[in-house]
Amino acid sequence: MKKHLLSAGDLTRDDAIRVLDTAQELLGVAQRPIKKLPTLRGRTVVNLFFEDSTRTRISFEAAAKRLSADVINFSAKGSSVSKGESLKDTAMTLQAMGADAVVIRHHASGAPHRLATAGWTNGAVVNAGDGTHEHPTQALLDAFTMRSHLGTDGGVGQDLAGKNVTIVGDVLHSRVARSNALLLHTLGANVTLVAPPTLLPVGVDAWPVETSYNLDDSLEKADAVMMLRVQRERMNASYFPSAREYSRRYGLDTARMNRLPEHAIVMHPGPMNRGMEIGADVADSGRSVIVEQVTNGVAVRMAVLYLLVGGATNDEGEA
Amino acid sequence: MTKYVIRRARLLGEDVVDIAIADGVITAIGTDLPADEATEVDATGLVALPGLVDLHTHLREPGREDAETVFTGTRAAARGGFTCVHAMANTDPVADTAGVVEQVWRLGREAGYCDVQPVGAVTVGLGGTQLAELGAMAESAANVRVFSDDGKCVSDAVLMRRALEYVKAFDGVVAQHAQEPRLTEGAQMNEGLLSGELGLTGWPAAAEEAIVARDCVLAAHVGSRLHVCHLSTRGSVEIVRWAKSKGWDVTAEVTPHHLLLTDDLVRGYDPIYKVNPPLRTADDVAAVREGLADGTIDIVATDHAPHPMEDKECEWSAAAFGMQGLETALSVVQHAMVDTGLLTWAQVAERMSATPARISRVGGGHGRPLEVGEPANLVLHDPAATRTVESTDTASLSRNNPYTGLELPGRVVATFLRGTPTVLDGHLQEAVR
Repeated sequence: MKKHLLSAGDLTRDDAIRVLDTAQELLGVAQRPIKKLPTLRGRTVVNLFFEDSTRTRISFEAAAKRLSADVINFSAKGSSVSKGESLKDTAMTLQAMGADAVVIRHHASGAPHRLATAGWTNGAVVNAGDGTHEHPTQALLDAFTMRSHLGTDGGVGQDLAGKNVTIVGDVLHSRVARSNALLLHTLGANVTLVAPPTLLPVGVDAWPVETSYNLDDSLEKADAVMMLRVQRERMNASYFPSAREYSRRYGLDTARMNRLPEHAIVMHPGPMNRGMEIGADVADSGRSVIVEQVTNGVAVRMAVLYLLVGGATNDEGEA
Repeated sequence: MTKYVIRRARLLGEDVVDIAIADGVITAIGTDLPADEATEVDATGLVALPGLVDLHTHLREPGREDAETVFTGTRAAARGGFTCVHAMANTDPVADTAGVVEQVWRLGREAGYCDVQPVGAVTVGLGGTQLAELGAMAESAANVRVFSDDGKCVSDAVLMRRALEYVKAFDGVVAQHAQEPRLTEGAQMNEGLLSGELGLTGWPAAAEEAIVARDCVLAAHVGSRLHVCHLSTRGSVEIVRWAKSKGWDVTAEVTPHHLLLTDDLVRGYDPIYKVNPPLRTADDVAAVREGLADGTIDIVATDHAPHPMEDKECEWSAAAFGMQGLETALSVVQHAMVDTGLLTWAQVAERMSATPARISRVGGGHGRPLEVGEPANLVLHDPAATRTVESTDTASLSRNNPYTGLELPGRVVATFLRGTPTVLDGHLQEAVR
């Protein structure tokens, strides 16, 4: 594996499977009465969050703590330049404190990339979501969840070859969609992005995915459907006429869910807008694996921290 | 010492001649000119060009003296072979009154390294709603003829029409920063394959082309002169070509960076490559080169935009737009246009000296041919030299040089401003005044 996890595209197929298999092993830890391994004892993991995201932060925090790492939460809301410290000074402070890994969430696309490459810090950088760019650990936990449902015997050692995954919603602004498109392609899945034309980025035809403007067309062959959150601010920016129309054309309601194959799962990275992109009944149905995604998130992040910080980074031959 | 004889220079890259200068004027051009107590400058192998004129420079003073001052900016200009630069109006306070343009003009005269011709703002405070006192700036000591809200687009069609009409009274020109504001809200880089991949808000070519097209039509309608700043897309080249084919009085500029650099440099999220308009595709680069070669694009202008380190050493979206250009312009033009066979040195002289001076109606003997009796504004350029660009090798206060680490051909050996060397042997002359 590379030193940092900045993009889902940084992972080869073997890397990705190694992360997923490691996560599978670590998932067992969560079921023990004492949910802790000594693996990262004495190592320092900094959660550097420039953007509010309680869910992702506590997921990384739980992951690091279960590996016995020392965790420092550094919350720097708002723009780094409007007031207070620059990203550079923050990074140099963390470096001085001896951070072995920096988990960064930032509203600016590319901020983790800057942190990793500008020479301000030596630690491994994990992208925990940057602007409208990527969210690679989300893609890993999504792949993990898909594999455990769609693979044979829990999926260990397997990729997602031939699985059909439909991702629906605001692809233009979605870091989840970008990371998933890259990782799922690496793992051999067939990805279909479904969105109104206004919410697909320019150049999406060059991505290794299919695209469609029509949700109904891809339901019958889907093994997994992932609904993306629609941000409130998009509703007033003419990306679509109204929330109701969006919901009618691109929302996953019960009728649409019933057209999915028997085994298909429904996913959402959260937080959901119930009644908007996903019906409440769908979210709470037996097909929904949304809560499981959260559980798997901790295991996958443990695996990432373990592989990046735990000294297992150089044994390429092992995978 | 006010007499020089420049020995064995290639005049506009062609005939090898001696050039004699006395009291600020070219007194003789020929072979084996007598020394006559003049200082001799060996120019063997060097190309002699008229002093370069930049129609688009950000000198940052007043307001951002941490990024650049008129003094440091004109020193950088001299090192780049320029004898005249046009200082853009987006200072703080904005150059939207006779008082501010006169201040900038006076600072230029005091600096002494090259002439500074202020550009006046089109609208008050670059606000885009009310015309600035264009006439007062035209009649001021600064004698302003170029008006621009550069950095911002005069997007209101009525205001643009009025500005185009109004400046006819004093033979002015409106230099438009063509950027449809609604289409570029939050824009960070060229909209294309890469912006989608990197998750950076796109700056579509259409946002430039829509304004270029509108302004060409408006300028034709009211019979005014229009100048298009930093044209960057194939579509814009085609629109300007079409406008010229109609006989409309439209001129356009391209920056050195848009002649050389492409948007794939953004991939590493290093804000050194963040600029407005953004770096475009290789196809756009090919198109602006063709446009500059065939005369559709009239001139090269640097859009030299110094920024302090802290405005570039940060995350992409927080960083300032702009890159330095004065000290590398001629090298980039040689690399992109001359060494590729697209332009001769004589054509470079036209596009970097004569034509920009003509567009701005600037006085001071700028943009004049290298002929006997003309003011001795000239540059000696060594086309055989190569250098690896270093950001610290600059007279500018800033270091935001996008060519850092790149090997570029050519080097300015000497610059003469009205017969006085501002640069000699590649070094700034400290006692110019």
